[in-house]
Amino acid sequence: MNKTMLLIKHEFLATIRRKAFIILTIAFPVVALLGILAGQVIPKMITPSVTIEKIGYVDNTGIFSGTLTENQLQLIQYNNVDAAKTALIKKDITDYFVIPVNYVATGLVQHYTLKNEITPSSAVQTVVRDFLLSNLLKGNDVAIIDRAKSPMNIASITLTSTGAVAPRQGGFGALILPYIFSILLLIAIFTSSGYLLQGLGEEKENRVMEILLSSVSPKELLAGKVIGLGAAGLLQIVVWLISADFILKIASSSFGKVIGSLQVTPDFLILGIVYFILGYLLMAVLMAAVGSVSATAREGQQMSAFFIIPVLIPVYFMALIMEHPENIVVKILTFIPFTAPITVIVRLGLSQIPIWELGLSILILILTIWGCFVLATKLFRTYLLMYGKRPDLKAIIQSFRSA
Amino acid sequence: MYSVEVNKILKAYGTRAVVNDVSFSVNRGEIFGLIGPNGAGKTTTIRMMMDIIKPDSGDIKIMGEKLNDGSKNKIGYLPEERGLYKKMSVMDTIIYFASLKGVDNQLARKRGEVLLKRADMLQHQNKKIEELSRGMGQIIQVIVTIIHEPDLVVLDEPFSGLDPVNTQLLKDMIRELKNGGKTIIMSTHLMNDIEELSDRLLMINKGREVLYGSLAEVKSKYRNNAVLVECVGEIGNIEGVTEQRRHNSAIELVLDGKTTPQMLLERLVAKHIVVNRFELATPSLTEIFIKVAGDEHE
Repeated sequence: MNKTMLLIKHEFLATIRRKAFIILTIAFPVVALLGILAGQVIPKMITPSVTIEKIGYVDNTGIFSGTLTENQLQLIQYNNVDAAKTALIKKDITDYFVIPVNYVATGLVQHYTLKNEITPSSAVQTVVRDFLLSNLLKGNDVAIIDRAKSPMNIASITLTSTGAVAPRQGGFGALILPYIFSILLLIAIFTSSGYLLQGLGEEKENRVMEILLSSVSPKELLAGKVIGLGAAGLLQIVVWLISADFILKIASSSFGKVIGSLQVTPDFLILGIVYFILGYLLMAVLMAAVGSVSATAREGQQMSAFFIIPVLIPVYFMALIMEHPENIVVKILTFIPFTAPITVIVRLGLSQIPIWELGLSILILILTIWGCFVLATKLFRTYLLMYGKRPDLKAIIQSFRSA
Repeated sequence: MYSVEVNKILKAYGTRAVVNDVSFSVNRGEIFGLIGPNGAGKTTTIRMMMDIIKPDSGDIKIMGEKLNDGSKNKIGYLPEERGLYKKMSVMDTIIYFASLKGVDNQLARKRGEVLLKRADMLQHQNKKIEELSRGMGQIIQVIVTIIHEPDLVVLDEPFSGLDPVNTQLLKDMIRELKNGGKTIIMSTHLMNDIEELSDRLLMINKGREVLYGSLAEVKSKYRNNAVLVECVGEIGNIEGVTEQRRHNSAIELVLDGKTTPQMLLERLVAKHIVVNRFELATPSLTEIFIKVAGDEHE
């Protein structure tokens, strides 16, 4: 076994034996299973409230009459405002509405309550809206009134350029998985590269580094660490993906409709793993550079924020990426090495990314990783054995030239 | 063929030369002392020999070959700044570092057991490194250094932090390595250890070579024209003696340039002084070190 392979094996085994790694790896499936369990058990445990809350209304238009009971809320009529107000103060009712004379022209309804709230609850708004609709459409067929209350359920179908139904459909199901996967990707990238940073810091503090460098070259050491820890991160991702498949099957019994629409397509899986590897490699070589110039593990962690923040940028642009996946800003984020992994993963769920965009994005990432690896090796050689002091920026730039 | 040949190496950081035009060679099977004050450039020189850092100019040969990928496997290196993985067991540590030097696991275990037994530490082989005392951890590091049976062993401050028992154990191990035909380069601040163990030495100061040669050559170079005398009664004034210094029971007599020790002995005898001891006064390595480092400082 060559030296790089020995280092890879050592780093991989040391990482997967870490308690923090084991806990994090099993935490995702365990939390998801607990969530499903809670979704199945808790509704059965909660007995629906039998108390019906009353809401009053006063009609000054002469159009509205009758009562309506919906979702444990009952709407009852009062002849005048004073009667409604007295009922509210006596807490016979929780709210009352006044429908003014000019309601038809303005749509304005006055709401009175003892509660300190910004707007009435959605349940209250729904029952009042349905009551108004029922009265306004009085005389129509009940089915038409019901349809007016809920006039549109969208069923989107994505077609290909030939007019056939596309194999990958959009919608909530298509979105949720890339979203969850992008978060998991972030966690996996940050934890794996974080272990690298921590390991380097510990080896610097333990003074193991010079003993290692007396046996292997800085390049072998860096490659061994990056690949070994990356393999551990990949194992984590694979465990999550396998458990996600298993969990989806269990969950489909309780959340059938939503889960049924979730799609894990082969291109998503392959690109997910490709972008994990590339995203991780970029962060890992940068963390190695940070680790070699920082005096302690703690200082390294503080300095690493400088590189972590750019990776998080797509999270701030999540709404834009989801609503306008073809927007120019989103396209730019696809080509920036730091933001590409998360942006591409989320875009994949929403639109067909042109092959040239994916190819260019991957090429830029690979070139950036290679450049960073070369520079990190130079820093490794120069600063890995410098204990207790951190070089300034000028010295770092100088070492890029001379090492 | 030399074990090590260092030829005009230079290493500078910015405009500051840390090692400047240093050359030396180390014979096979000798113990070579590398000495110098703090910041003299000893560790940088050793790191260049280990190919951990590259010299800006000059070249280094190990066992007759220029530094290459295989050089590291021929050298056992105990750095001054040293440590091990705290959570790893003693035997796993030995096997892992041996594997990085190209030794297979079974052979490493066998050699590890022999060396642990030699250090009377075989019973600790399954303990974690963090469970050992500092001195014991250091002995494990020495074992890690020599587990691949290198031809050249480089020890940077090997005795620092060791108690007298472990110091003696390590000195014995160093002698055994030498007797086994290994070459040892030892860098230390402890001049007594260099005097006790080294065949030849190099002293560098501010990155430059200031002393180089066998122990006897170095001492003779810095020998004053003086003798140590133990005698009965007072010596009084003697022709050719410029200064008398008392050292416990002996007196050091510093001679002028014209008087030889032989002439002094004749004059003492002529004065009927009973001489119990008469020897050339040789400066200790510590005195030479202080003198050379001090002169450079001025």
